[in-house]
Amino acid sequence: MNITLSIIYLITTIAFVIGLKMLGHPETAKKGNLISGVGMGLAIVATIFLHDFEVPSINYMLIGAALLIGTILGYLIAMKVAMTKMPELVSLFNGFGGGSALLIGLVEFGNNSEDATQTSTIIAAIIIGSITFTGSLIAWAKLNGSMKDIRLPKYNLINNLVILALIAFGAYIVMYDSTNFLLIYLLLAASLIYGVLFVIPIGGADMPVVISLLNSLTGIAAAITGVLYGNMVMMVGGILVGSAGLILTFIMCKAMNRSLSNVIFGAFGGADAAIAAVGKTGGSIKKTTASDSAILLNYASKVIIVPGYGLAVAQAQHVIHELEELLTKKGVDVSYAIHPVAGRMPGHMNVLLAESNVSYDKLIEMDNINPQFPNTDVVLVVGANDVVNPAAHNDPSSPIYGMPILDVENAKQIIVNKRSMNAGYAGIENELFFNQKTSMLFGDAKSALTELVNELKNM
Amino acid sequence: MSELVEFISNNLQLLYILILAIFIGVELIKNVPSVLHTPLMSGANALSGVVIVGALLVMLQAKPDDYLSLGLGFVAVILGILNVVGGFVVTDRMLQMFKKKK
Repeated sequence: MNITLSIIYLITTIAFVIGLKMLGHPETAKKGNLISGVGMGLAIVATIFLHDFEVPSINYMLIGAALLIGTILGYLIAMKVAMTKMPELVSLFNGFGGGSALLIGLVEFGNNSEDATQTSTIIAAIIIGSITFTGSLIAWAKLNGSMKDIRLPKYNLINNLVILALIAFGAYIVMYDSTNFLLIYLLLAASLIYGVLFVIPIGGADMPVVISLLNSLTGIAAAITGVLYGNMVMMVGGILVGSAGLILTFIMCKAMNRSLSNVIFGAFGGADAAIAAVGKTGGSIKKTTASDSAILLNYASKVIIVPGYGLAVAQAQHVIHELEELLTKKGVDVSYAIHPVAGRMPGHMNVLLAESNVSYDKLIEMDNINPQFPNTDVVLVVGANDVVNPAAHNDPSSPIYGMPILDVENAKQIIVNKRSMNAGYAGIENELFFNQKTSMLFGDAKSALTELVNELKNM
Repeated sequence: MSELVEFISNNLQLLYILILAIFIGVELIKNVPSVLHTPLMSGANALSGVVIVGALLVMLQAKPDDYLSLGLGFVAVILGILNVVGGFVVTDRMLQMFKKKK
């Protein structure tokens, strides 16, 4: 390999490390992303122009065409998609990375020289690449709402058997038949199926954790293909993503007070739990109107808004900001309570509210806001459900038992805006809605809040 | 056992890189505020697009009559660059929202 190329790869690697470091602080994050982006661009251009191979011109044309198609498509998809759809988009792009790794593995299997180390590397790339490819696509479809959780009976046992079989199958190919294309296609098919089986039973609320885990796996797949070519930037970049993604996965699990194995193997939001919880709550709910809620808010001195995914779906982040400004003008102390996993991803709500110019200091994290609820006059819950479900504190049989929640039931009055009485993403009932202090403001978050704002303006 | 020893001695440098990179990754992420988790995940996702380098190497080394390698490599480059461009642009869009107000 020529020395200029090696030096550029080294620069790229440094750019990745610095970029990732800067992504961790709000002030430098944007620059950090740019730095790693430039590093990546350098590596791509250098790979194309600074190699030592004899390359026919047709290959160059194909490379150019592929880069052009992918760049335009990627840019358009990334720019067009609404902020609320970000989490599934990350998953989709992640799947593409995995797909790329598996294709590289397939091609290299064809060039393979029966060397055991090399064959096992190729097989690892194919297995991990395939799992992340289909797994991410399933995660994308589920967050999209186009696919529901499917739980085969004994899926844990089935999944564990399949992964063991995959490893054994891979080992067999390495040891006995490392040039057989039929076997490698079988392995490919089995790995793709495993990706589906792996993600399909996992409950919606746990999707962010799974995406982060799959992201980590894509990094590992990239690193493995890097080993194949002895390519440093792929190895180091891939491992960085792998370990960073894994740590992020654990941090997210911690925010939900669950272990990783619980997320993957536990039956979260299973049908049985939902039925049990429904039986327990019952009772009657109290409906309210926009004008009654407006009066309540108008005469409060301290209001906390709890935004959730419903707010994001209804694109109500601008209206909620208008409401907040209106109330502040009327002398009400307004802040937002942000649960670490509100929305569909950690930090999702922060991104959304920042989009509508809500100022940073109004967004208060869970641990800091929970002590404030007892002296809060009105809590306005907009499209949030599981993160305010008291069952997490007092119902050991609930699937979310033990998850830290926002203690809104300590406030004096609670207004909950929801579209209907449907259960939240975890699929369980919420006794908060049946609380004496709670009144329900039904309707789409955007129209309900707009009505609220109009009522307040007339006061 | 002797194979393991041989493998380790042959790949000692690789193992050093592996272990140091793992530690760097962990240290970089450990103390990030939860506000930034989503952009961070997205940014890390863009970095995993580095697999594109491998896809390019496939294309550069493929013989012009090796249609299978060319075809698979072609798709691999498209998927890889989608991951890179999409990943960075989405992250940038997310971070755009965090800009301080004037």
